[in-house]
Amino acid sequence: MEELISLFVKAVFVENMALAFFLGMCSFLAVSKKVDTAMGLGTAVVFVLTVTTPLNNIIYSKFLKESAMSWLHPSFETLDLSFLNFLTFIATIAATVQVVEMTLDRFMPGLYNALGVFLPLIAVNCAILGASLFMVERDYNLIQSSVFGFGSGVGFLLAIVALAAIREKMRYSNVPPALRGLGITFIVTGLMSMAFMAFAGIQL
Amino acid sequence: MKAIRKLLDSQAHLFESGGKLEHLHAFYEAPDTLLFTPGEVTKGSVHVRDGLDLKRMMITVVVALVPCCLMALYNTGFQANLAISQGAQPLDAWQMDLLLLLMGSPEAAFDPTNVIANLAHGAVWFVPVFAVTGIIGGHIEMAFAVFRKHEVNEGFLVTLFLFPLVLPPTIPLWQVGLGIAFAVILAKEAFGGTGMNVLNVALMGRAFLFFAYPADISGDQPWYAVDGLASGIGSIDGLSGATYLAGAAAGSIDWASSAMAVGGSAWLDAFYGLVPGSMGETSALACLLGAAVLIATGIGSWRTMAGVTVGTVAMVLLLNAVGSETNPAFSMPLMWHLVVGGWAFGTVFMATDPVTSAFTEKGKLIYGFGIGVMVVLVRVINPAYPEGMMLAILFMNMFAPFIDYFFVQANIKRRVARNA
Repeated sequence: MEELISLFVKAVFVENMALAFFLGMCSFLAVSKKVDTAMGLGTAVVFVLTVTTPLNNIIYSKFLKESAMSWLHPSFETLDLSFLNFLTFIATIAATVQVVEMTLDRFMPGLYNALGVFLPLIAVNCAILGASLFMVERDYNLIQSSVFGFGSGVGFLLAIVALAAIREKMRYSNVPPALRGLGITFIVTGLMSMAFMAFAGIQL
Repeated sequence: MKAIRKLLDSQAHLFESGGKLEHLHAFYEAPDTLLFTPGEVTKGSVHVRDGLDLKRMMITVVVALVPCCLMALYNTGFQANLAISQGAQPLDAWQMDLLLLLMGSPEAAFDPTNVIANLAHGAVWFVPVFAVTGIIGGHIEMAFAVFRKHEVNEGFLVTLFLFPLVLPPTIPLWQVGLGIAFAVILAKEAFGGTGMNVLNVALMGRAFLFFAYPADISGDQPWYAVDGLASGIGSIDGLSGATYLAGAAAGSIDWASSAMAVGGSAWLDAFYGLVPGSMGETSALACLLGAAVLIATGIGSWRTMAGVTVGTVAMVLLLNAVGSETNPAFSMPLMWHLVVGGWAFGTVFMATDPVTSAFTEKGKLIYGFGIGVMVVLVRVINPAYPEGMMLAILFMNMFAPFIDYFFVQANIKRRVARNA
């Protein structure tokens, strides 16, 4: 239990997807103009990550990993399908995003319209594929990968909501014209990740 | 003063619209409004509730910083002289030549019992850092004012004082210049200048130096402006070349001894600020005086300060109660957390920065509480950094707009419900 809590804290703060690894930058920068939509996208990312990371874990450990298929037939002992990782993970993620999209379209049309093209783009959000690949690299089991996926999502949500609130506040700033829009957002992201360095080095 | 006024008036026509140096107006306006009350008055119908303008606000902060500046001068020199009197060597630097020039003989210059010698020794370290901050930061500020056609205002004045005060005495001057340039350009002018930035300007400069040049500023070794630390310094406070915070993390301090108790000699030294550290932040007493000024004038928010204190108290008591067999820093007593490192300085002068803290009154409490919790967490849990005040404040700066958003939305909801 203690180990899972540390894993969660680590995924949220120490190894924050957005501010420590700079993954998922496209939606992080693009959908952070308003807190409402940022919160919507962040929640969608939390959901997708929480579902896809353990799902990919099952697929990986039961089908793709070397000798994973030996449960099916002993002759599969030497079979190594891990070259299919990227393809399979992306497919799982895309399917999950499709489900989220249909759900939002049906029940929260406002948010659905606000997120626009960035909702389907979650499918290729590198934070989400990144979590699955980290899961493979670090050999997480099913429970660990659920916690890790959820934690990574919460970390992303935290970061994008903070950025969105800062950008809403910055409506009162007088940014030099050349930096307006994405330019200053890049600078803010950099400064934020410097502040997030408070957690760098924590051993859990 | 009259001569200066005359000089300024005689040059005024050059800088007014149509004059030869019109585009350099900021260079004329800044010294003028800094030294004299501007003559302009508001035209048309006005709504003045208080004569407190940005200028008076900033000057009040500078006044509150005076005790810290004096302690910076005195303590930097005192620590160096104390170390030298115990066998360390003066640094081989031009500052020492200057000091000898000022004080005459080495006996007079390096005497820790002589207040004047201590002040002079501190001044030769502090004043160059201050001057570099002012010259480089000030000119960048001026350049932005000229190109972006706004006036230089007193916001930089506070940064000018805060930034040198949070730097160690031995920091290379080129780093000071680099740090303040980073802070003014990226943390402030990129957002449009005073009042529009998101993260604390002085702390951003320090954080930049902290991550770029950790060897000079990381804070695991105490900063004495002397050479030959390892040989001579061992006897000071019984701590051989480690700060209290680093000592706490290493478990080399016996908190139960009489000197370490609240009111004991070591604790009082830390409270008065007679310990090595960043130049202006060692003295909790000087910060308390500053806090009194800020709270009495209403410039600094007591809610933020209270929030930080409560957060720290809660977190320290929690960690003390939990305890840890592997991490001795868990047992660091509360009253020590409050006097060492940058806690007092950060709480009083950095966390209360009205621009980067939360704006809503309830938000300030939460924001302060977050800083208090974070600073203890970084100090105790994170082995990478001995001190966490800077990073804790920057971290909560980042979330301050979100805290505000939360309270503003809650208020809107409540009012909608009331008027529905």
